[in-house]
Order: sequence, then structure tokens, then C-alpha cells
Amino acid sequence: MRPAKSADRPLPHGPQTGHDRSMQHTKRSEVVRVRGLEKRYPSTGSRGERVILDGMDLDIEAGETYALLGPNGAGKSTTIEILEGIRRPDAGEVSVLGEAPLSAGRDWRSRVGIVAQSTGDLGPYTPRELITHFGKLYPEPRSVDEVLSLVGLTEHAGKRATKLSGGQQRRLDVALGIVGRPELLFLDEPTTGFDPEARRQFWDMLDGLTGEGTAILLTTHYLDEAAHLADRVGVLSGGQIVAEAPPADLGGAAARVPVVRWTDADGLRREERTATPAAFVAELSRSVSHGAGEPRDASGTVGEPRDLEVSRPSLEEIYLELIEAEAKR
Amino acid sequence: MNTTPILAVSDDGEGSLATHRTGNPRPAGYAPRNTRAADARPGIFSAGIASIGMEIKAYFRMPDTVFFTFLFPVLMLGIFGVAFESVGEIGGGPDGEDGITMAAYYLPGMVAAAILLTGVQNLAVDIAREKGEGWLRRLGGTPISPMSYFIGKAGMILITSIAQIALLFAFARFGLGVELPTEPDLWLRFAWLFLLGIATMTLLGIALSAVPRSARSATAVVLPIVLLLQFISGVYLQFSMLPEWLQNVASIFPLKWLAQGMRSVFLPESFAAAEQSGSWDLGLVALVLAGWLVVGLVISLLTFRWVRRS
Repeated sequence: MRPAKSADRPLPHGPQTGHDRSMQHTKRSEVVRVRGLEKRYPSTGSRGERVILDGMDLDIEAGETYALLGPNGAGKSTTIEILEGIRRPDAGEVSVLGEAPLSAGRDWRSRVGIVAQSTGDLGPYTPRELITHFGKLYPEPRSVDEVLSLVGLTEHAGKRATKLSGGQQRRLDVALGIVGRPELLFLDEPTTGFDPEARRQFWDMLDGLTGEGTAILLTTHYLDEAAHLADRVGVLSGGQIVAEAPPADLGGAAARVPVVRWTDADGLRREERTATPAAFVAELSRSVSHGAGEPRDASGTVGEPRDLEVSRPSLEEIYLELIEAEAKR
Repeated sequence: MNTTPILAVSDDGEGSLATHRTGNPRPAGYAPRNTRAADARPGIFSAGIASIGMEIKAYFRMPDTVFFTFLFPVLMLGIFGVAFESVGEIGGGPDGEDGITMAAYYLPGMVAAAILLTGVQNLAVDIAREKGEGWLRRLGGTPISPMSYFIGKAGMILITSIAQIALLFAFARFGLGVELPTEPDLWLRFAWLFLLGIATMTLLGIALSAVPRSARSATAVVLPIVLLLQFISGVYLQFSMLPEWLQNVASIFPLKWLAQGMRSVFLPESFAAAEQSGSWDLGLVALVLAGWLVVGLVISLLTFRWVRRS
């Protein structure tokens, strides 16, 4: 795996920018602030209501990429739609770019970019026509060619949108979301259905965007995507954020204790969680060569445990553990 | 199991930490944009004008709209003109003066139908489809004003209906040999009837677009309404042939009045005797059309949403 984030991304509140920003803002600049958000839908089939969001809190800072994770039906899209001003919350405080999304006006809309989960038909237009037209709706649009090259559609600029592949159409969705230079971009499952290569290209594209200081709220089912893109991830379960941390810290230190796995002399697969895997492996190799007086390794190799593997639990494993623990509560 | 080998990864783990990133500062141009001048935003009108071009492109790129709304009145006029060619001239005086061909008789009805089709049918189906297919939701996420969107629609309707009616006139004149009026007064009357008619039908089209629940059902909901109206309003069938109760029903709706107004432009004065009251009743035509215009406007303002909220 290559380094997850290119080093040239700016700091949301780094030393270079912190000074002049603090002149304008007495506290850290938040693009999203949610407190006690609640949303219920009428239950289908039976009487009563289904609680989707139950006192959710969420903060996203300027320039930050935040990945919202959670199983299907956990309320990720509902959250995004409330933040976009499309859905009405039942209770709670919602502030996006300093305004309440439901009542925010057109100036606010020009600072927000939206890539919805299901985007539907783009009409009988080409990417160039669409990007040109949408650009005219914003005060400071990116140039059409810049957007085309950012999303990698330069070669397909003159094709009808309906003739593009699924991945290309998705990139066109993103193109229309970013043409207005948003300060905050909503990406609701942007890479669902992509092949691995297309997903990689998509990630590179987003790296370019965040380089310009755009904050991103992302939902995804791909944990590697969250690990790659996000500054922080939050796990939504039971209507609340149950865990929130940078991808490398999710679940706390205990969840990240490395695991050493090897096959012992009897052919049994063994594993051991240890904070000091190197010391453990060194000890293991000594015990293989000296333990019990003679090497019992079937291959005859002295001092080398078979099928040795040292690993840290992946984000996906930690996520699944979290969701499982929540489900049991 | 999907695990990440620790030996291949830096101490940061899989994602580097937000708090330890170093690199370029934010580009110098960046500033929280709530301080920007509000007038940097494109105006409602200029965004609307830009939308007209997109709308017209879409209109002519969809073969079904071109056929069913743009060419339909021309085709119908051609069919009626040819089918009733043998009837010869109708409605003339005892010595045959003022008689007109069936094609000439059908022309005003087809002009009214063209305005109905372009305004109501095309627009209601178009907007319902755009809503169903998520296009409106996408627009709703941009700073476009609903007003700009409707300027785009109205401009498209105005331009396509002018082109459509010009084509209809050209076909009637050169294809079917129909004499068109020469008096400037009649063309002035045509102008206000056309403008009032297309404005009313456009607003009714927007209002009707709220009815279909999905893009698929849009045509099924709109087409029968439009077709029925044409049959009872004197477009396909001679209005005076209809039973009186049906005439009264049709008189509630705007198409009957628009067709009547158009007959006053394109038919000889002597045909006024065949109308319900024995005259063209242009004042009543204007009143009913204006009434429906207000109805359409109010319903449109009350029902239009970028998305169905829940």
C-alpha cells in the first residue's frame, strides 16, 4: 500500500494557516456542527415510527475529510440529506457553514457541493455542456477544462452522458458537485460499483480537491476507501456516532494490538496478540530452535516458525467488531 | 481475513494522521466565502437565459417530444386536410362566397392545439420526468433560483411554439393552399391570443406536473387529459356539433376559448354565427384565459418543489 495521503495536502488548522485564520475566527472554524439530531420515519406496515437518528452529534472542520460509516439503514444518507437541507430534522441543532440548511438561501447553496447517492438521468447532454451550464449558476466556478481534467473526463467531454460508463457517469456527478468550488462537498457512496482501478483514480481525484481546502463529508461501504481518504471516520449505529477517530486510531489502542500468527510444529494455526510483536517473534524463533530440547519443526528448519505473519487489525475488522458490539447492546 | 501487514506500513498505520500532516499551506486565494460580495452571484435573469439554451437543446434532442408535440399539429392538419378534401368548401353564402376548405376550417383548432400541446402536454411531462429522474433534485442542490429554471422553461416553450406555429402556417399556406389573413388587425388579435394562450398553458403545464407520482406515469397522466380536452373543445370535432351539455363542460376549460379566439382570426366573419352565443366573444375569451392563468400561477407557486420533502 502506498502512503495513504499525499504529503502536500494542506493542514486544516496547521501552523501555516492557523495564524491568519485565527484573526478571523475566535474558535476553530467548523463547517458542520450537529447536536442532538433526531429523525424518525413512519414505519411501513405497522403503526409507530422507526427511529433513524437518535441524538447524533457531528463536527466537521474546514478542509477536513470526514467519512461516515455504518451498515445499510443506519441513517448515513438521512444525515447527509438533512445537512443538505433536503430533509427536515425532527429535533436537534444543525449548522452547516454557519446556517441552518433548511432555511439557507442561494448564497449558501453556492458554497456547498452535492453528489447524491442515486443521481438518475443527466438528460441528453454531453459532459462539457453540463459542466458549462452548471458553472454558470455559481459565482466563482472552476473552468470547464479544469473540471474535466480533475475528474478525468477530458477525452469524453463531447459524448452524450447516457453513453458514458457507470464510473464515468459517477465522475460526471462529482464534476457537477465541484464546479462551483464548494467549501463543503457531500459525497454519498461515490464509488459504489467501481472497479478497483477506477476507485484508485477516483481517490487521486479527491486528493486533488482536498488540496484546495474543500471539506468533504463522505459515506462509503468500503473501509479501505475511508482509511485512504478520511482525516477522521465516524461509525453511525443505533442513531448515534458510536466511535470517531482518525482511521488509524479507530477503536482505540486496544483494538490495534498487533497479532502474530504462525503454524506450530503440530500443524496448528496459532495466534497471539501482543504490543511487542518483534520481541515476541524473536522469542518464538528461539523457542522453535531451543524449545523442548530439539527442533520439532516438520520442515527441519531451525529457528524459523512456519507461515509467520505479523499484522495489525485492519480498519474493516475494527469496524465490524464495533458494529457487532453495538448490535449486542 | 483482511489484515494489513505491519511490517509494510509506517507507524501511522493505514491512514496518516490528520494532525500530523505537513505540506503546503492553503492556496492564497482561499478565504471563507461568506465574506464574498453577494453580487458576484449570477443573476436570476442571466441564469434563466442560460437555461433557455439548454432547454431548447434538450427539446430537439428528444425525438419523442419533437414528434408528439412539435410536429403533431402539422400532421393532424395534413390528415384532416387530405381526408376531407372531397368535401370541398364549407360555410359559404348562397352564392358560394366566403366558403373555405376543411383544411382552412381546421387550422385555428390546430393552432390552439399546438399551444396546448407545447404548453401543457410537453411541459407537464417534461417537468414530471425531470422530477422523477432526479434532475430537479440536482438543480435544487445548486444556487439556481426556481425562477431561473422557469425562465428557461418559458423561453423554450415560447421559442418552440413560435417555430411550431410558423411551420403550421407555412404548411397550411403552401402545402394545403389555405389563405391566411392579411389584415394587420387580425394578426394583432392573433398576437395577444397567442401570448395569453401560451402563458396560460405554460403555467397550467407547470401546475399539472405536480400530479404524476413518477417519471413513468407522467405521460399516462397527462396525455388523456390533453386528448380529451381537444375532442370536447372544438379542435378535432366541430364545436357546434357537440351536445349543449358537453359544450358547457368544455366552456369551463381554457382550450375551448383559445380555439374560439383563433377561429375569429382565421375564419371568415360569417362563421361567428355558428358559435355558442352567435359571436366571437373575445372579451370572454380573454377573461377565461386570464382566469386560468391565475389558477395555473397559484397552483404552480404552491406545489413546485425541487424535491419531495419528508
